[in-house]
Amino acid sequence: MLEFVLDRGYYWAFFGLMMIGLYIAFASTNLIKRLIGLGLFQTSIILLYTSLSRIDGGTAPILFGADYPKAKAYSEDQAYETSEAGGSTIQSAYSAAESYGSSGVENIYSNPLPHVLMLTAIVVGVATLAVGLAIIVRIREAYGTVEADEIRAMDLEVAIAEAASDAEESKVGAA
Amino acid sequence: MIDAVASLVPVNLAAHAPALLVVLPMMIAPIAALMPNGRIAWLLSILTTGASLVMACVLLSQVRSIEGGAVISYAMGGWTPDAGIEFRIDALNAMVLLLVSVIGFLAAIFSWPTVAAEIREAKRAMFYAAYLVCFTGLTGVASTGDAFNLFVFLEISSIATYVLVALGASRDRRALPAAGNYLLMGTIGASFFVVGVGFLYAATGTLNMAELAVRLEAVRDSKAVFAGYAFIFVGLGIKAAMFPLHQWLPNAYAYSPSFVTMFLAATATKVAIYALVRFLFTVFGLEFSFEGSTLIWVLMPMGIAAMIACSFQAVFQTDVRRTLAYSSVAQVGYMLLGVAIGTTAGVSAGMFHLGNHALIKGALFMALAGVVLTYQGTTLNDLKGLGRTSPWTMTAFAIGALSLIGIPLTAGFQSKFALVNALFEYGWWWAVAVVMFSSLLAVVYMGRILEAVFFRTPANPNKRHKEAPLLILVPLWVLAIANIWVGVQGGFVAGLADDAAAALFIGGGS
Repeated sequence: MLEFVLDRGYYWAFFGLMMIGLYIAFASTNLIKRLIGLGLFQTSIILLYTSLSRIDGGTAPILFGADYPKAKAYSEDQAYETSEAGGSTIQSAYSAAESYGSSGVENIYSNPLPHVLMLTAIVVGVATLAVGLAIIVRIREAYGTVEADEIRAMDLEVAIAEAASDAEESKVGAA
Repeated sequence: MIDAVASLVPVNLAAHAPALLVVLPMMIAPIAALMPNGRIAWLLSILTTGASLVMACVLLSQVRSIEGGAVISYAMGGWTPDAGIEFRIDALNAMVLLLVSVIGFLAAIFSWPTVAAEIREAKRAMFYAAYLVCFTGLTGVASTGDAFNLFVFLEISSIATYVLVALGASRDRRALPAAGNYLLMGTIGASFFVVGVGFLYAATGTLNMAELAVRLEAVRDSKAVFAGYAFIFVGLGIKAAMFPLHQWLPNAYAYSPSFVTMFLAATATKVAIYALVRFLFTVFGLEFSFEGSTLIWVLMPMGIAAMIACSFQAVFQTDVRRTLAYSSVAQVGYMLLGVAIGTTAGVSAGMFHLGNHALIKGALFMALAGVVLTYQGTTLNDLKGLGRTSPWTMTAFAIGALSLIGIPLTAGFQSKFALVNALFEYGWWWAVAVVMFSSLLAVVYMGRILEAVFFRTPANPNKRHKEAPLLILVPLWVLAIANIWVGVQGGFVAGLADDAAAALFIGGGS
């Protein structure tokens, strides 16, 4: 049992961080702290994806040594002359790597795809954080506070005042 | 008509229609942001959304060129699907794309008077840039065939939406907390979705949705797949404003600039529902979604709760925009109910209602934008007597309202009728009663508004005779006439919805 739990340590870390982040995002009344919670939540997802890509003994996913698809061609003909159009070289290198499959390579590589996905997710997270902070700055200017409950109280006052004036207006209209 | 538009486009351009539809607004957006003058940015966004609309027509005619519906697969950048990103257009995608681009085009045309009134001059070019980015994201979600790419497009549209909603602050500062809440909920929803996609990737090793569907067959009992399923369902549920997860919606709709409200109400939740349906039917498959996990008992109660509870909430609002926002959540309930029964007729009715609701809410919010522009207010009091002072705007509003209630000869009637038929066929006669009851509530909340508009004397007798400008009236009446046209001969949209449902079941069944 203990082994089962410890084996999946990174999942526990992921879920722990994710729940802490979610809790902060929901429970905190300070808007900045909410964004911090959101950031923690998003970062834990990065942890999940990168942990998916890891294999025991795996190294950075850059083909080297015997796996390098054009190792021979490059050493013999001098790299730059053999490369035709740049794009097709990449494409053929890719298809070569693909055709090796997981069994054909000599070295063990970790899966690069989740890392690449997470680069995108990081950009998305940064953009969200930037927009969120900009909105909080505007909230501070408009309300003079960044506490969600104070903002709610102010909005409630406005809403009650509006409803009262609305009722008055409709009375005037009826009369 | 669609084929005629499509035949005007040169063949080599039409071959790249899936990419152009999405990429064009994305490339024009930064250019629009650089424009010194909001009016130029406005014209640019009309041209761009118009071009996207033409591309959507091309795609639709390509899809419908083959009996039973073709599937267009477009390899982005020439990378073959499993390695690269695939854009995959079938009848459902084509329908959603057409919907988004029609609404986007009409919204772009009508936007100028309201934007000029509500957005500061220095911000207008940026405003249109954000609008184009939002449009890019929505069309991207509706055309991509890659699960992670769908997340990226979802976030592109959402982040632009947060900005657009927050810009309502110049009229009412409550737009800011509304945008903040929306940001929090929307980001949590998108993050849940991406966690779910991560689990699916861990179980299958692919992100391509068609490939996922094939590979998921083998790992059906894996706990990771179930976890991924739950995460995706909740994540997209937040984006689609599914009943208990809809709290961000009313405030965001009520306080954002009127143009933004109109565009979002007609497209944003629709696209999220499309993504949800796509995952439930195509990726996970009918068997997994509906038999393995008894989804029917999750979707159905939530749909019904939305139809009843949110209709009741709509009755008690004094701000008309909030009434319509709550009614939107209730209408999402109808669509979910149609999807929940999981028959072709049910899904087709759900999709039909999805399309019609975009026309209905588009018309209603467009008319309200006209009212905001001329009379600066959207409470029930402000609308009193407007039937006399601005008859054209308010007649279109009334057509939208009748269509929302579901009066015969309007679009709303056709799709509700299709839904009721599907429910009867499935044997859920009690659900028919619920649909009727919810429609009665719609009579109450829309009736209150119509009564104030047409049968009350203006609260403020000084209200001048003032019609919304022509730029608003023309797109407004296009939508209003579309409502009647679909209601009188519902063939076109119903046909699209049928094809879309059929495409889902072919994809899910194999």
